[in-house]
Formats: sequence, C-alpha cells, structure tokens
Amino acid sequence: MSGFDQLGLRNRRAIPLASVPREPVEAFRRTVVAAVGRGWRLAAFFGFPEAHGSTRLLAILAQDERGELGATSTVVTERYPALTPECPEAHYFEREIAEQCGVIPDGHPELKPVRRHPPDHSARPPAGTFDRERFPFVQIASGEVHEVAVGPVHAGIIEPGHFRHQAYGEEVLHLEIMLGYQHRGVERLLATLGRDRAMLVAESIAGDTVIGHGGAHASVIEALARARKTPRAQAIRGIALEVERLANHLGDLGAIAGDIAYQPAAAYFGRMRGECLNLLMTLSGNRYGRGLIRPGGVLFDITPSMVAEAVDRLQRLRDEFAPVAALMFGNASVQARLEGVGTLRRPQCLRLGVVGPPARACEVPRDVRHDHPYGLFRFAHIPVATAWAGDVLARALVRRLEIQRSLDFVIEQLGMLPRGAIQVPCGPLRPAELAVSLSEGWRGEIAHVVVTDDTGAIRRYKVVDPSFHNWSALAAAMPGNQISDFPLCNKSFNLSYAGHDL
Amino acid sequence: MLEFLRIRWRQGIRTSPFPAGGAEFPERFRGRPTRDQTRCRDGCATCQAAMPSGLLAPGPGGEARLDAGACLFAPEEAAACPHGAIAFTRDYRMAASDREALRSADGEIRLAAALDERMRRLFGRSLRLRSVAAGSCNGCEAELVALGNVVFDLARFGVQFVASPRHADGIVITGAVSVNMRSALYDTYHAVPEPRLVIAVGACAINGGPFRGSPEVGHGVPPDIPVDLWVPGCPPHPLTMLDGLLRLLGRLEPTATADRIG
Repeated sequence: MSGFDQLGLRNRRAIPLASVPREPVEAFRRTVVAAVGRGWRLAAFFGFPEAHGSTRLLAILAQDERGELGATSTVVTERYPALTPECPEAHYFEREIAEQCGVIPDGHPELKPVRRHPPDHSARPPAGTFDRERFPFVQIASGEVHEVAVGPVHAGIIEPGHFRHQAYGEEVLHLEIMLGYQHRGVERLLATLGRDRAMLVAESIAGDTVIGHGGAHASVIEALARARKTPRAQAIRGIALEVERLANHLGDLGAIAGDIAYQPAAAYFGRMRGECLNLLMTLSGNRYGRGLIRPGGVLFDITPSMVAEAVDRLQRLRDEFAPVAALMFGNASVQARLEGVGTLRRPQCLRLGVVGPPARACEVPRDVRHDHPYGLFRFAHIPVATAWAGDVLARALVRRLEIQRSLDFVIEQLGMLPRGAIQVPCGPLRPAELAVSLSEGWRGEIAHVVVTDDTGAIRRYKVVDPSFHNWSALAAAMPGNQISDFPLCNKSFNLSYAGHDL
Repeated sequence: MLEFLRIRWRQGIRTSPFPAGGAEFPERFRGRPTRDQTRCRDGCATCQAAMPSGLLAPGPGGEARLDAGACLFAPEEAAACPHGAIAFTRDYRMAASDREALRSADGEIRLAAALDERMRRLFGRSLRLRSVAAGSCNGCEAELVALGNVVFDLARFGVQFVASPRHADGIVITGAVSVNMRSALYDTYHAVPEPRLVIAVGACAINGGPFRGSPEVGHGVPPDIPVDLWVPGCPPHPLTMLDGLLRLLGRLEPTATADRIG
C-alpha cells in the first residue's frame, strides 16, 4: 500500500477509492498527526457508512507549498480515539463527525454539536429522539461576570446565529458561537438529487458565493466524469470568480466603514459592489452569477461587445476605487478605530487551520489559486495579498489589495480570452473514485469532496466552506475586546452562516 | 478636506429614479417566466419530466400551470421545453398579494394590490420591518441589504429595517424555514404588535426553493403565518422587492403584468 502522499491526488484529479490507504485507527492517527506536524493541513475530514454498521473516516490533507493533496482513511465503529488533543485543527471536523455519523471521538476536549441535527451519515439507525436545543454553553461562574446573548434573529439584515459572550464590564472574556439555524441538509441533497437540480442547490450553498461553490461543484463532477473544459470556459469561470470576489470585498469594506460610522466610504463602496453584481447580471442574467457555471463549462459566452463594456466599467471602477480607499485608510480616526481590534495571532491562526483573508491578514499566505492552481489560475497568476497584524485593519487591508489585484487581473484577462467552445459534454461519473475540488472563494478555501459507489452514483458528498474553518477564529479573536466591538470584528471576518450550516 | 469634497463631487447622485424610471435590465436578465401555449404540442409532457424545479404545478383540473413562486429562474427551466414555449421575460414585476396570483397558464401575474384604507393610514408613509432569515442561502438577504444602498435607497419611501420586532410593523421572511429556525420565526412573528404585515421574499420562503424535499426544511412560510406580499425570485432583484412594497403601500398604479410597461 502506498503512503497517503503517493496517491497522485491533485486538485480536481480523481483517483480510485481503492488506492486510498485503509489504516488501523492508531496508524491513521499517527499518519495524520505526523503529516500536520510536517506542514500538511487538514482540508477535509469526514465519515461515511461502510458495511456492518461501521463508519469509514477519510482525511484529505493538503501540502500548500508543493500543491499536493493526500488522503488516508480508517474504519471505526462506535468510538475512536480523537485526533484533536494532538492535532487541534481537527477539532471542528471531529465535532462534525460525531454529529453526522454518530461516532464518538474519545478524548475530544469540547464535544458539542455543530449544526444540531440528528445523524444523517450514520451507519446505524439513530437511537432515541434528538434534542436540537441541547448545547452546553461555557459559563464563567462569577457574580461579576455577566452573560450577553445575541441572536439568532439579529438587529440588521443578517443570517441567523447565536453568540454568547461572557463579559466583565465591557470586556469580553469568552465568546461562544452556536450555529445550525440555516441547516438545510445540503450535503444529502447534493448526493441524492439529479444533476440539474443538484447544480441549483450548489449555487445556493451560500448565496453570496454562487460562483465559488458552483465552480467547485461543477469541477468535482467534471473530474469524476473526465470532462475536460475548454480554455475559454475556464477563463470565463476565472473571470466570474474574481468579479464575485470584487463585489464581496467591496461590500465588506463598505460594511466595515459603516460599522465605524465612516459614511462616505460605506456609501461609495456599497454602490461599487452593485456595479460588480450588475456586471455578473450582464453576463449570466442574474446579479450573483446563477446559471453561468454548469458541469462541462459555462452556459453564457462573453461577447466582444460585452468585453468592451466590461473593460470600460471596470476601468472606471478602478479609477474610482483608489481615491476612496486612500481616503478611508488615510483617515487617522479610521485607522485608530480598526487597529488592534479583533486581533487573531499567527499561532492561533495556524492552530485553528484558518483560511482565506483572515489567514492572509496574519501573514499565513494560503491561497488555493496560488497553492493548488486550477483552471485559469494555472496560466495566469494573481499575487497573494498578505498583511501581518491579524486585526480588523489587516483584514481590511488584505481586501483592499485583493480588490486592486483582481481588478487588474480581470481587465487583463478580458483582453485575452481564448477562442473556442464554452461547453463540452459531461458524461456519467466513474465508479468507486475519490475526487477533491478546491477553489479560492472570496472567503477562502472551498472544498468539495465526492466519493462514488460501484455504480457511479454519489456515495458521499462533502462540502467544506471556508467559514467552517474560520468561525472558531472569530471566537478566538474576541476575548480582550470590548463587547461593543463585536459587530466590527464579526464584519471583518464576514463569515457565512449558510455555508457553515449547509 | 479638499480631496474629500473632490471625491464627493465625482460620485455625483447615484440614486435610481425608480419608480419614475431606472428599471433597465440587460438582455440576458431572467425575469417573470411565461409560457406560450400555442407552441405546446398535444400530449407533450417533456417539460414536466425535465423541469428541475416546481415551476410547472398541476392546476385545479390537473393541467400544468406556471408557478412563478416556485420558479428558480434557472436557464434549465426554460430549456425544459424543447419547443421554446417556456421563456423568461425581462419583466421584473412579480410580487403578488396572494399565493394563487402567482399561478397561471401563461405566466401572467395579478400584481399586488394596495392594503386597505386603515392599514394604509397606519403604514402608507412609514413602514418598519424586521428581517428573519430562516433556512436561506443569504442571497435574498444580500438583495434586501442592497435595497438600503444609495442606488435603491429604500428609506426615501419611508421603509426601514429595525433592530427589534417590538419596533416593527411587519416581518420579512427569507428561507425555506429550517427546522432549527422554526421556533425563532414564530417568536419573532408573535413579538410584532398587531396589526402586522408578513412579506415572503424568494422561492425558498414561498415554497422551499431548491431545498424543497429536504427533511431539514419546510415548504417556506408555514400556513399559520398569513402572508401579505409574495415576492418571487432566486433571489428577487431589488426592484422586484421595491415594486412589491410600493404596490402594497398603494404608491403605484394597480396593474397586472399583462398591461405592458410604458
């Protein structure tokens, strides 16, 4: 049996499931813990039922410096020794395994629900009824510490989530986040629905990440069907992904400005966000790019007149963005308000397996476009944007840099679109295979992992939204901050509830 | 300071003239779905087998009707008919006062009627809403947020989103209503003082949307929460929402989609 890193597994390249090592649980633990110690990272870790009431646990590991992926697995029954004590970035995955598969990771320091639903990937029928309200919150027993609960229904137009602060006066000592309100059963739908409808569900994993999740879904299906997209389709997908990033980063900068009552930037960036959404609407007929990406390519071409119009609009946007950003970031009171707030330290970031702009704001240069390049990003590169302070200002600065770079990138790519068709046929999936599709969505790494059965049907569909990794980072960044800064910290991460809850 | 003023000057006025204009959509925009029955062949049911959504729903006599409330506005829904009978128009107006108005043989919609005199006196010039997302993807919420930006500027019509149900005149529900959000939705609904409005935004809130059939969600707003305005879309364009709200408040001339725009 070859090692976990010798499988030829790459981003969007499928391998036979039989080639994935099946190790005894102790050896599996050693493999994963040692790999993470050597700089590999857990991109996904989940379970699915095997014969005789047992569950197969599959870990997908990523080596970012060499662009390699690895996989290993083990088979467990009712419980197994948790990895978390030796491999902290497994902590949330193991909570999820316990919830989805009904398998107990023994020795897990914080075994709580993730989304609060009965097991839906369990090898055994669930025992008794499930209590969706059960969630043992951390409480600091002191007459001087008070508890502040927020949500699930929020003051603004925000998705549902519950936040519980333990606060001493104005200072937050501990934040606990309870999610699951947006749980819609997405993974089961993706595994069981027909291809057309599944694509529509994939576009609705997170409605602000239609291109990110839609692209990851289509690509994992293409990998398993051996459908090779044309360069033109890849270019259109890459361009759409960057326009989606532009829309959301601009919206985030506007929202951060709004939270610190810096109204001009809030108004201008909010309007610029709309311009990017309208660009996606011109291309796909929908402001979020729904209907654009389909297995085999894209449904809509970029016509020459569209190129001219888009380049014109984006150049104007680039001219407008720079002075407004300079105005905002050059303002001393804006800097004072953002600096040193909601700081995530680099060791915390590494320990928790944080991805996307929050990681890059701690000088952890993780970026799938660079580390595991795919599609357009194999031929054209966007420099990875980083900052070092890990605070709200650093996260805002990373977005500012990424906006500039994505604008340059899209304008350049529009001028050099490859010729050719935009769609190729995408046939049935190969049986008994494993494929991993990683994408750099605007929030960070999106992973779609699919295992097919002997007939080519989907046996397990796993989605890891960047928010799955990053919600713990928000909880880690809050202690020591004023409770009144919670909205600002939250906004600077701007994580997805729907993407986490699935 | 000079730089600040210069940038402000360059921004100009960006607010849409809507409803007096400003409702232009690109060629590929997928608005209200229609069906041209003259293109339907006898006994052909290809569309029903190929439809990835609930856009075709059986009517009282068992005949298939278009249900804009269940439409996901996906290109595949039009492609489900090989004879080109189903198409998306660029008509953004779709919001209706009752669920049945969204269903018809050809896709025409009886657009939302104004509230009665008493309700209009209460809410016509000032409406405060509370947003409840309940098993959504955040697409509809993103468009609700966009309604507040300088382009759509919802506040100029006296409509605002507020931070407490006690301050609200009604709630806007998005999402298929997940099992985990059910009780919080009812709590919020009951916390709004009467008389209260309920607005269902998006395919999920209207019939479950793409998630319909999952055991973790319902079929949108439960029947015991009466809905005053149904806004189809996945997600609805901000102007579809704004059009519905203004009709509800009696600030647009009553029309049906069959009356063509200007």
